[in-house]
Amino acid sequence: MPDEHAATGSAEERASGGAITRDEVAHLARLSRLALREDELDHLAGQLGDIISAVARVQEVAAQDIPPTSHALPLTNVFRTDEVRPGLTPEQALAAAPAAEQQRFKVPRILDEEA
Amino acid sequence: MTTTLVPYDEALTRYEPVLGIETHIELGTKSKMFCGCSTEFGAPPNTQVCPVCLGLPGSLPVTNQAAIEGIIKIGLALNCSIVEWCRFARKNYFYPDMPKNFQISQYDEPLCVDGHLDVEVDGETYRIEIERVHMEEDTGKSLHVGGATGRIQGADHSLVDYNRAGIPLVEIVTKPIVATGDKAPLVARAYATELRELVRALGVSDVRMEQGSMRCDVNVSLMPAGSSVWGTRSETKNVNSLRSVERSVRHEIERQAGVLDAGERVIQETRHFHEDTGTTTSGRSKEEAQDYRYFPEPDLVPMAPPREWVDELLTDRPELPAARRARVRAEWSLSDKELQDIVNAGALDLIEETVRAGAEASAARKWWMNELSRRATEQGVELTELPVTPADVVRVSALVAEGALNDKLARQVFDGVLAGEGTPDEVVEKRGLKIVSDEGELSTVIDEVIAGNPDIAEKIRGGKVAAAGALVGAVMKATRGQADAGRARELIIQKLTG
Repeated sequence: MPDEHAATGSAEERASGGAITRDEVAHLARLSRLALREDELDHLAGQLGDIISAVARVQEVAAQDIPPTSHALPLTNVFRTDEVRPGLTPEQALAAAPAAEQQRFKVPRILDEEA
Repeated sequence: MTTTLVPYDEALTRYEPVLGIETHIELGTKSKMFCGCSTEFGAPPNTQVCPVCLGLPGSLPVTNQAAIEGIIKIGLALNCSIVEWCRFARKNYFYPDMPKNFQISQYDEPLCVDGHLDVEVDGETYRIEIERVHMEEDTGKSLHVGGATGRIQGADHSLVDYNRAGIPLVEIVTKPIVATGDKAPLVARAYATELRELVRALGVSDVRMEQGSMRCDVNVSLMPAGSSVWGTRSETKNVNSLRSVERSVRHEIERQAGVLDAGERVIQETRHFHEDTGTTTSGRSKEEAQDYRYFPEPDLVPMAPPREWVDELLTDRPELPAARRARVRAEWSLSDKELQDIVNAGALDLIEETVRAGAEASAARKWWMNELSRRATEQGVELTELPVTPADVVRVSALVAEGALNDKLARQVFDGVLAGEGTPDEVVEKRGLKIVSDEGELSTVIDEVIAGNPDIAEKIRGGKVAAAGALVGAVMKATRGQADAGRARELIIQKLTG
């Protein structure tokens, strides 16, 4: 859903400044379900800023006539035919699950109590 | 927060609805979108899974060609342009229905764009503009345990089955649907109906809303009549019947009008529709606006459907519903209403097959639309699910045409066929259902009936021929419906006045 693109700042902003704010790191941590301490936020904002600046250098050499590339191989249309192949047994599938019940993966409560 | 609903007609005098519909359709491929697991509905939990759809480390997806053909067929039938190049995108989120923690979808490069679908409501045509049609994968199914209602709210934990995770899913998004006025709920329903018919005709999905292979998210907003500034919309999720599509729009109009009349603001939120009450309740309004961090899917190469391939899919496609309806309407000399009833009952295929197998169109229509539709409704099943075939209807119609059965007996033959007693001929044989055409036997029964009803017989003798009906009824009863009523009447009158 295109209208839900949000909050982390535009690509241009990041590319030009090379910086990432502490708030943006906190937002990303929330999205990634990572519990970061206050000092970690500062620490990571610096590190991530460095990484973004390094990657942004690519734009210095990317001329107008070079389209953005998402894949290293010049391939398109790699398809498979619609055939059923054997997969895993339920026992195999659930073998690494932290918990299982009724042949299903058991996961903790999804919504918080107040939701 | 309780809102006073504004009666529908009144709401429409002050507000103008704007709709938007997102429809998800599971394609009927044999295997999943990116792996070879079966897509069969109803298998025991987690029996159709593999490292790819479970998101195990090191597994790689490969696109199912049949699914891409399916979505292109849908795009073409919706008059969309098929783009020359596009990519899949990762939609990242943490929710256990996708074990990868992302869903492979399409973001700013959908495969099909800018189409339309015409639908008809009360003789008027509405053009529904299609924004985009994109390819993605379905999610797993969660069972919420420990709450009072089986809903996610208040649940203690959830149990997840990944059989559905990775089934090819096509999302069809309309542009805002405006200027439908009080017809909005009907237009929404007509769109969902027409879309379902279209996809079914293409043969790319079974589009069974009750099984979730077609699901609608319905957006509704209101603006003051005469305004051109759209209001805030609500999105009612996973509406799973055509009737519910209509009812949910209607309810949202009444509810939002109540909110606006009270001087409050409509909250942009997802809502759930409840079949039993016909109302919606708030969904996940507390959650912050989602940030899915879309990026091009690195494990899948771009798609660039060759023109020849697209042209071939266009050339080979079957007759589409609108063209078919026009043809059938002319061939069977139907009114718009009659045709609509047939379509609504899901009887078009069955009747057409019955006619092709040799029955008169009128007879085929009569049995499927009157008798068999009623039985299907009584049993709460689709017409196609009844254990009776077009061939059975052809045979019964033939027996009626040659006078071996009357309508009443024919109905009993269908009773037998539906009860699993065999073919129509076998049922006729086993139940002894033939019109009594043996004059001698009929004559004996009539004599008995006359003897048993001297008063009525006297009236007829006195010239009141209309009274014969009562005696015909008695004859039919005595023969368990197997007499030829017309002939019985003739004989009664002959015996008493001749």
